[in-house]
Amino acid sequence: MLRKTFESEIKQVKDDVLMLGSMVEQAVINSVDSLKKRDIKASEKIFEGDMLINKKRFEIENTLMVLIATQQPMAHDLRLLASCMEIISELERMGDYAKGIANINIRMGDTSLLKPLIDVPRMAQIGADMLHRSLTAFVNEDVETAKKIPIEDDEVDALYNQIYRELMTFIIADPKTIERANWLLWVAHNLERFADRVTNICERTVFIATGEMTEIKSTDDEFWKQQHQEK
Amino acid sequence: MAQSALNPETSKYVLETKDLGIYYGDFRAVTGVNIPIERHKITAIIGPSGCGKSTLLRAFNRMNELSPGTRIEGEIRFEGENLYDPSVDPVEVRYRIGMVFQKPNPFPKSIYENIAWGARIHGFKGKMDELVESCLRQAALWDEVKDKLQQSGLALSGGQQQRLCIARALAVQPEVILMDEPASALDPIATLKIEELMQELKKNYTIVIVTHNMQQAARASDHTAMMMLVEDSKRSGTVIEFDKTNTIFTNPKDKRTEGYVTGRYG
Repeated sequence: MLRKTFESEIKQVKDDVLMLGSMVEQAVINSVDSLKKRDIKASEKIFEGDMLINKKRFEIENTLMVLIATQQPMAHDLRLLASCMEIISELERMGDYAKGIANINIRMGDTSLLKPLIDVPRMAQIGADMLHRSLTAFVNEDVETAKKIPIEDDEVDALYNQIYRELMTFIIADPKTIERANWLLWVAHNLERFADRVTNICERTVFIATGEMTEIKSTDDEFWKQQHQEK
Repeated sequence: MAQSALNPETSKYVLETKDLGIYYGDFRAVTGVNIPIERHKITAIIGPSGCGKSTLLRAFNRMNELSPGTRIEGEIRFEGENLYDPSVDPVEVRYRIGMVFQKPNPFPKSIYENIAWGARIHGFKGKMDELVESCLRQAALWDEVKDKLQQSGLALSGGQQQRLCIARALAVQPEVILMDEPASALDPIATLKIEELMQELKKNYTIVIVTHNMQQAARASDHTAMMMLVEDSKRSGTVIEFDKTNTIFTNPKDKRTEGYVTGRYG
């Protein structure tokens, strides 16, 4: 096969992106789990893990730079390598959301949780699951799946809204809960952003496979558009 | 084979130059080169025309001596020994350090004889059919020629002829293969085939390649030596930067290398 060496280097990059993805997936699950158990030590581990995530991201970025500089990728190869650059940057930010949640647990100190966490772990589970499948779609260049996953973001958004409303009722009922409600709101917000970024990964997969640079619409966008047009 | 002055060593570097200068008569073509050639790696020599790339390459197997008035100063060490020591036989040097040229130059003989001939001269006593097959396989040519071994080597395409020349170089079991612009006369697909072949060959051999094609050096080599004329009236070439290829093409230290690889200088 022509360019066997380059092919195997490309495969290695894809494997590395998957590895980075699974580190991030694990980080988000663990961050919420640590918060749920109020396990500060476990949250501190997320910080250490995040340093490894950042390191891995830089390693992959460097490999991509070298491949682009030395192998002169064209067409599909170019789209793939350029998209990997985007995807690892998304993953690194998603790792930061997990770190943000760990940070909240640490900063809460002795403060107890305002309420038992039910929807927050569900959000994390859905987000992690979306991430996992988005990366499988990326490796297989599965356009159909990549286009479907972002629809699930609506479920995450719905949970976020539900959590928001619930926390507001706590605050209205007793303004002394503002701080504790705010911690949880931030956690939910991080998870909402986490799932949003999965959409960006899916868009890259579509781009790699088809060359089309399109935004995959979510219900959020449609809602905004409707509001905008009505005005 | 007579006892050689060149003892194989297992050091990291097969070849090393020490303050190497190369003269054609009074003209100093190359000056002050200090580079190591690492075992089982591909080292590329790049630089603008006339900077002494091929001269340096030919010094590695004493090919320059075939032109009268050529001499060197400094040293080239091959497996730790001085390559230019009077006790060293240049003929032995040239089969332990083989060479492939820009233009494919098969002998006007059959494909089979192109490989067998050199081996026979060097006293090969084993099974010739096996040697021919093994060399052609290593040169990724076997499948294309196995049914026409008695046909003339000149009847092959340019890319195949070049791979035949590589197979021929392998027949005398060299340690190092020098390649002088091995793909510049070939189309892009044949070029990629040669580059892929180099990746296979480096598992067993050490390769030094001169190329005008920067992209080829970038794609195919592990280390890169950047040559340029030094800014003095004598217009002599030297290695201005030597590093891992990845570094040369992403973060070179010398401004002139940066200028050359980005196409802004040279």
